[in-house]
Amino acid sequence: MSTTAELLKGAAELFPGEVVTQAHVRHFDLPLGAGRFALITLDNGHDHTKPTTLGPQSLANIDAAIDQVEKEAADGEIVGVGVTGKPFIFAVGADLKGVELLKRHEDALAIGKGGHDVFKRLSKLAVPTFAYYNGAAMGGGVEIGLHCSYRTVSAALPAFSLPEVFLGLVPGWGGCTLLPNLIGAEKAVSVIIENSLNQNRQLKGKQVYELGIADALFEGADFLEQSLIWTASVLKGEITVERPAIDRGEAWDQAVAKGRFVADSKVHGAAPAAYRALDIIAAAKDGDLQKGYDAEDLALADLIMGGELRAGIYAFNLVQKRGKRPAGAPDKNLARPVTKVGVVGAGLMASQLALLFLRRLEVPVVLTDIDQERVDKGVGYVHAEIDKLLGKGRINQDKANRLKALVTGVLDKAEGFADADFIIEAVFEEMGVKQKVFAEVEAVAPAHAILATNTSSLSVTEMASKLKHPERVVGFHFFNPVAVLPLLEIVRGEQTDDASLATAFGVAKKLKKTAVLVKDAPAFVVNRILTRFMGEIQNVIDEGTPVEVAEKAVEPLGLPMSPLVLLELVGPAIGLHVSETLNRAFPDRFTVSPNLAAVVKAGKRGFYVYDSGKPELDPEVAALLKQGDSVLTEEQVRDRVLDAVAQEIGLMLDEGVVAEAQDIDLCLITGAGWPFHLGGITPYLDREGVSERVNGRRFLEAGVASVPA
Amino acid sequence: MPRTVRDVVFVDGVRTPFGKAGPKGIYHETRADDLVVKAIRELLRRNPGLDPKKIDEVAIAATTQIGDQGLTIGRTAGILAGLPQSVPGYSIDRMCAGALTAVTTVAGSVAFGAYDVAIAGGVEHMGRHPMGEGVDPNPRFVSEKLVDESALFMGMTAENLHDRYPSITKQRADEYAVRSQEKAAKAYANGKIQADLVPVSVRRTNEEAGETGWGLVTADEPMRPGTTLENLANLKTPFRVHGRVTAGNAAGLNDGATASVIASEDFARENGLPVKMRLVSYSFAGVEPEVMGYGPIPATEKALAQAGLSISDIGLFEINEAFAVQVLAFLEHYGIADDDARVNQYGGAIAFGHPLASSGVRLMTQLARQFEEQPHVRYGLTTMCVGFGMGATVIWENPHFEGDK
Repeated sequence: MSTTAELLKGAAELFPGEVVTQAHVRHFDLPLGAGRFALITLDNGHDHTKPTTLGPQSLANIDAAIDQVEKEAADGEIVGVGVTGKPFIFAVGADLKGVELLKRHEDALAIGKGGHDVFKRLSKLAVPTFAYYNGAAMGGGVEIGLHCSYRTVSAALPAFSLPEVFLGLVPGWGGCTLLPNLIGAEKAVSVIIENSLNQNRQLKGKQVYELGIADALFEGADFLEQSLIWTASVLKGEITVERPAIDRGEAWDQAVAKGRFVADSKVHGAAPAAYRALDIIAAAKDGDLQKGYDAEDLALADLIMGGELRAGIYAFNLVQKRGKRPAGAPDKNLARPVTKVGVVGAGLMASQLALLFLRRLEVPVVLTDIDQERVDKGVGYVHAEIDKLLGKGRINQDKANRLKALVTGVLDKAEGFADADFIIEAVFEEMGVKQKVFAEVEAVAPAHAILATNTSSLSVTEMASKLKHPERVVGFHFFNPVAVLPLLEIVRGEQTDDASLATAFGVAKKLKKTAVLVKDAPAFVVNRILTRFMGEIQNVIDEGTPVEVAEKAVEPLGLPMSPLVLLELVGPAIGLHVSETLNRAFPDRFTVSPNLAAVVKAGKRGFYVYDSGKPELDPEVAALLKQGDSVLTEEQVRDRVLDAVAQEIGLMLDEGVVAEAQDIDLCLITGAGWPFHLGGITPYLDREGVSERVNGRRFLEAGVASVPA
Repeated sequence: MPRTVRDVVFVDGVRTPFGKAGPKGIYHETRADDLVVKAIRELLRRNPGLDPKKIDEVAIAATTQIGDQGLTIGRTAGILAGLPQSVPGYSIDRMCAGALTAVTTVAGSVAFGAYDVAIAGGVEHMGRHPMGEGVDPNPRFVSEKLVDESALFMGMTAENLHDRYPSITKQRADEYAVRSQEKAAKAYANGKIQADLVPVSVRRTNEEAGETGWGLVTADEPMRPGTTLENLANLKTPFRVHGRVTAGNAAGLNDGATASVIASEDFARENGLPVKMRLVSYSFAGVEPEVMGYGPIPATEKALAQAGLSISDIGLFEINEAFAVQVLAFLEHYGIADDDARVNQYGGAIAFGHPLASSGVRLMTQLARQFEEQPHVRYGLTTMCVGFGMGATVIWENPHFEGDK
């Protein structure tokens, strides 16, 4: 038994639940009389809904297949070796479930080394090797192909990526080293760093070819046949593959520098994966592959044993799994059909909601408002947005016609809502106004219609309290921009019944939103945490810490934007309003900043001016600020802010605002854009000991989003 | 409106290698529509002068039009093959003569002026769709003795044909079968067949059938080169005790697809497409269903009469070998020797296989290649028998004909 086999056997024992991929070897004669060929098919025995992954036993199977073809190649029995996947899937990389189980650095090192040892053999066979990227290829799937002499790709391939950095790893089975040596550092950085950090952007088959990763592109209908005919031509010398020379000079360093800039702008130095990958890419410049592989092994092992990766996998699973099966949602069979939607209000928010319902549900949507001019403006907005979609080619003329015909505006609610099944209000954020609107709607709407409110902080229960049928009121809280942020907080009022709630979840699913069930508590989840977070920043500024120190203090978290830039995006007036609401609910923890009030009163839209291209404190704002004399360090600020957040989340869980800490994290990731490497926030608070310090307990059990004990 | 009948030509034809039907066959895990798609795409690759937008029709035949052979396979295969959505398609069924009928039907439309160019072909995946799948014969056939009960069982009809021609013995049928295998092997050795095959990737997950994973099929699976009379002598006669028809002197149960380009001669010339054969006449005839193998004889009579030709004008024959007896009956009728060099020069379905509705275009593709090599021949014919008592014949003219020398 080779040492590779032993290594993989040991690794496989740590991962008994692996979905094992077989490496089938099949022989046949190539066309054009090019000779006998061995084709390895990677196949886990399931259909395409369970993509092929590469756990340790799977690697061992590939190793065994290579044993076979290596001998045949050496004996002159075959002229080449190919690798391809089952229908629609090439291979989507390492099995993350197995990675999560690893507890020791040496075991993590073995995974990296095991993959390298197996894949490297492909480049050392006595005959040329070919990868045929027939379907989805990610991570280790991409990398097995990079070790081959040649690659073809299907034009029908929907997704190709090295997503490791997105998850908190590096492409560590040759990706960081081989890709820049194949296509140059600039393109490699775009694939490994930029795509990963841009919501894990995927390449299509044509792009894989255009980037030079694949040597030939063939259409999906007869991809494998054409790949094999091409292979025969290459082997016979009728086709010579020419790849452009790689610039190993200054361009290489510039590409890496650009990668660092991208990483800084996305994670602000807070997550190590991108930087580790860039270090390896930088070192790959001299073409010393083995040195690169060793660096990959070490980086993989360090990252696997670090908290960011575990948080990244946790976050990935939250979004991919929990986000699709909301905790606490009632039986979906209770949901009522929604065949017409009413929107109360025709302002910007209401119009955006109308557009979203229209596009996703494709049912009639009727807008109402207090005068014809507003109604016309709302419908006009929707029409204009449909025209934009048409202009971009996102929809065709027939679809545009259909959507435009479905949206109408009326002044008379009785006329508009008499046959609506789901009516959502987006009127002024004041309890009296909302109660009045719902009373009017109830008077004209069918008895079964759901009344939904897009309130961000008012009590859903109170809003429903004066209705004849309060059981059909639900909170339906979207996040701005509605078309971009996936989160939808679905709020259950005290009297909301299961059928109404099930209908709300059904609608959310059709809207393609990530729905989280939330109790009717002040400001629900995201706004409550963000307000506490911002409030604490505001407090330390008010008490005397310079604005730039307060802002820099939270940079290591790698949030999508600094607190004051976020405040600017939300609008200082709205921020103030929410803090006042929460201050009324929890006066001991939520303060109303007099400085913020002053800024709002002065009509300022933000704290910064951008005249120099970078944010600088607006001198007019600076003049308004009245600060105390307590000056904290960045670290002290950070501790205070994180303590506040940990306390607030602890209280929210005690109050039952959501079912579990996982829902808090899902909300922050999908509603506030908090990064994967924080796992939302609770894995980070656990890892940094904040939870223990503030609440005396962790939010998540050890091993969940962290290295198991 | 005055109208001129236009000359119709066979531009090109290709096929997939044929497979053996059944769980161990090469195409067991391959869809029938995918086989058609591979053939259509190969035609387009081989004929870059054919602008796909100009294709007026896709006519695809299948006997069992359900599942992956259903859903108007001419239309669906066109879309799957990447033809523009503006290209229409339909399905055709005349059992074994499906692809042949696809060719004559689009040819009629080309001659009429409705089309300039069309794709015609056929498919049969007898592994996925065994003969008789889903059939529901009207009980009147039997109660009113409209047909003999043996009519639905092709092997029995072949035995009946032996009865009609007592001089065609099992020995003669076996000898014919051995020659078919020999000629096919020779044609392969000389590269006559492979040039018109499109390779097909095939997946296998059943270990009992052989190596698993993806493979590539580049040759016909049913071939049995080296078959001898002795091999055939003791095979069972499954259709009749002490009968004459065996698995050795009949075509097997097979999977495969064919496709061809049929165009007006003017269109072909204007678009720089090859003209491999010129259509002279075609005809179909009915006979008693229980001797369906007799069908080619009346069909050929009609086609010859239409063309004003006699059998002696025909220089090359491509006769589908559903059964050796059916070829021999045809030859006997016309007084042609069993081993006449003009007949099935590359061997026939006994060797290559006979995926029912696909076979007609195989005959044409082989005749076209023979025409090219034999410019002294002016006319050739393709003929086949058809289930439920029919025959189908197409007479072709060799565009390479160099005149009587």
